[in-house]
Amino acid sequence: MKHLLSTADLSRGDAIGLLDVAEEMTQVSTHSVKKLPVLRGHTVVNLFFEDSTRTRISFEAAAKRLSADVINFSAKGSSVSKGESLQDTAQTLGAMGADAVVVRHNGSGTPYRLATTGWIDAGVVNAGDGTHEHPTQALLDSFTLRRTLTGSPASGPGGNARGTDLASTTVAVVGDILHSRVARSNVHLLTTLGARVVLIAPPTLLPWGVETWPAEVFYDFDEALDAHDFDAVMMLRVQFERMHQSFFPNTREYSRLWGMTSARYNRLPEHTAIMHPGPMNRGFEICAQAADSPRAVILNQVENGVAVRMAVLYSLLTGKEGAL
Amino acid sequence: MTSLLIRGANILGQEVGDIAISDGRFVDVTTLTSPDEVIDATGLIALPGLVDLHAHLREPGREDAETVLTGSQSAARGGFTAVHAMANTAPVADTAGVVEQVYHLGREAGYTEVVPIGAVTVGQKGTQLAELGAMARSAAGVTIFSDDGLCVFDPLIMRRALEYVKTFDGVIAQHSQEPRLTEGAQMNEGVVSAELGLPGWPAVAEEAIIARDILLAEHVGSRLHICHLSTKGAVDLVRWGKSRGVQVTAEVTPHHLMLTDELVRSFDPVYKVNPPLRTQADVDAVRAGLADGTIDIVGTDHAPHPSEHKCCEWTAAAMGMVGMETALPIVVEAMTDYDFGWADIARVMSRTPAEISGLREQGSLEIGTGANLVLVDPEASERITPGAHATMGRNNPFAGIEVSSRIVHTILYGHRVVTDSQLSDPHPITRGGTWIA
Repeated sequence: MKHLLSTADLSRGDAIGLLDVAEEMTQVSTHSVKKLPVLRGHTVVNLFFEDSTRTRISFEAAAKRLSADVINFSAKGSSVSKGESLQDTAQTLGAMGADAVVVRHNGSGTPYRLATTGWIDAGVVNAGDGTHEHPTQALLDSFTLRRTLTGSPASGPGGNARGTDLASTTVAVVGDILHSRVARSNVHLLTTLGARVVLIAPPTLLPWGVETWPAEVFYDFDEALDAHDFDAVMMLRVQFERMHQSFFPNTREYSRLWGMTSARYNRLPEHTAIMHPGPMNRGFEICAQAADSPRAVILNQVENGVAVRMAVLYSLLTGKEGAL
Repeated sequence: MTSLLIRGANILGQEVGDIAISDGRFVDVTTLTSPDEVIDATGLIALPGLVDLHAHLREPGREDAETVLTGSQSAARGGFTAVHAMANTAPVADTAGVVEQVYHLGREAGYTEVVPIGAVTVGQKGTQLAELGAMARSAAGVTIFSDDGLCVFDPLIMRRALEYVKTFDGVIAQHSQEPRLTEGAQMNEGVVSAELGLPGWPAVAEEAIIARDILLAEHVGSRLHICHLSTKGAVDLVRWGKSRGVQVTAEVTPHHLMLTDELVRSFDPVYKVNPPLRTQADVDAVRAGLADGTIDIVGTDHAPHPSEHKCCEWTAAAMGMVGMETALPIVVEAMTDYDFGWADIARVMSRTPAEISGLREQGSLEIGTGANLVLVDPEASERITPGAHATMGRNNPFAGIEVSSRIVHTILYGHRVVTDSQLSDPHPITRGGTWIA
């Protein structure tokens, strides 16, 4: 694997391989020195055209735990804000010897462009492109799901999730599917790993043609809860700018119809994991009771993000897909 | 005072014969006893010179993308003896001064007849009519008005424009795009855009404007031309409009006859265009519409861009494709499954566009009309190589495609501007003459 651009490119074997490497990576936190020397001398550039402190520091932590050198390149305040082209930026990073570029961009397809134009001969990791994909988020979600489904600790070392997939599980993804790269990456990956995906959203926040996706669609959250015994419910963040574009009448109505309210939380089966890619709008798409409940694995997702990103960087830069 | 005899050409793919030209006009073969020059056209198809109703020559304002000269040379190499220059230049061609500038630049270039299109509204802003009468009565003699690139979205302004141009038998060429439904649009809205997460340009945004404009044209009894229609629904609407007797003509581009939105999966901005590449069902519908006459003409929407506007990420890239040099071969390839012969090619790429524009010296091989002619090798085997084209734009989406026809000679008012597929000297009009001596 030279690049990680889309979860659609991952076979079941690829995906399980990456998740298993991530399992190995969780062991690093048990070491007295919480670092592996495997990427010494490799340079990882975090090329962020769009602000995302959470994702950037997760990749940074992952690269540093593998002993790579990390360069953070934020488009704000750099030459990009003065009009430098993507081509020149990429070639500059190439000239400086970047081995991997972790790219975040507000335009769909930009990581794909970097990987296919020949501007730079580095591995490209998509850290979120527009409303297209966010593959490492989907990987960390599946990693977390595997843990909870196998009765393992939701994060950290231990457990017995290795080698497993998500067969015969049902996962709900709720909210702004239309603008969500997390949803797209999850639909591909969850399906590849054997899970049944249920999308729950107002029709205005579903993409045209969603009926061609390998997912069941509900407009009504409560109907979906009646129809399925979900292993996990993944709540998506609704971006602030969507709140005033007539996708829904107002935040109160959205919250009533598509939010994880206390009432919906209380009717969930005991085993349902509550997930959220963060950052959360508390009291809007998710109530505090759900967010802070023992069923919420939201902070475990964050923790697992580092292990998954370590696995991705390790696999890309060493070309190894198996265990360490 | 020159004469030219074209010997043994396959005229419109219908009969082999000779074509005689004298002093820039087609003449009776029997009157030309000692021609100055003879072209052996054995095996070549003779068509009236192609007429493009839709090209962006970029001058004035974006001479880094194309000039009237390079655009004219590109046109000649594509077999076009007349090219209509769209109004979205900088400054916008919304005054007699700008259209006359483009007109004169075309004559100075001398490779094709450059016919300026005037903007409908001042600055293409859609709020106030430009001086349509002044442009019509200028040296450029503008008959087609368009805010192309932008839609005349205000229904009242559109109505007034349609009515007003009746003064000089003008036509409004509409870029049909409902602006609110296409805010931020990056590609066709469909299954592919949903997967790629690119904001979509729904078919309804095109069709809603076409439906409205057909009804407006019917109501006020004016001529409407629909630029580059691209959807199945648009073809149905035009068919319906024509069945009601509305004076509506429609145009399709070579790329909408050939390419689909599946190509956007590459995120290569060479496929980024407005209107966007649609689905295979749409491609099939526009082909059928061209074959059955619902769609009247092919227009290239030739839109050169400097490489920095295409060698970038998809969302930052400019919209548009070049196409004059590949138009005829691509249309031939696109229509192979239809009963669509060389006479049909001549109809949709020469005669009808000349009629819409009112160009009396173009679009015909009749004796007495301007000797505008293209000779095509129908059995060439060519791989499209954008780097070898005369246009400055390298944003040709057909790179690498094998085509079977090649433009061999282009004759502009009796003067060979392309010989053996290479540019020759421009027409003597560049030295201050007229098209016809």
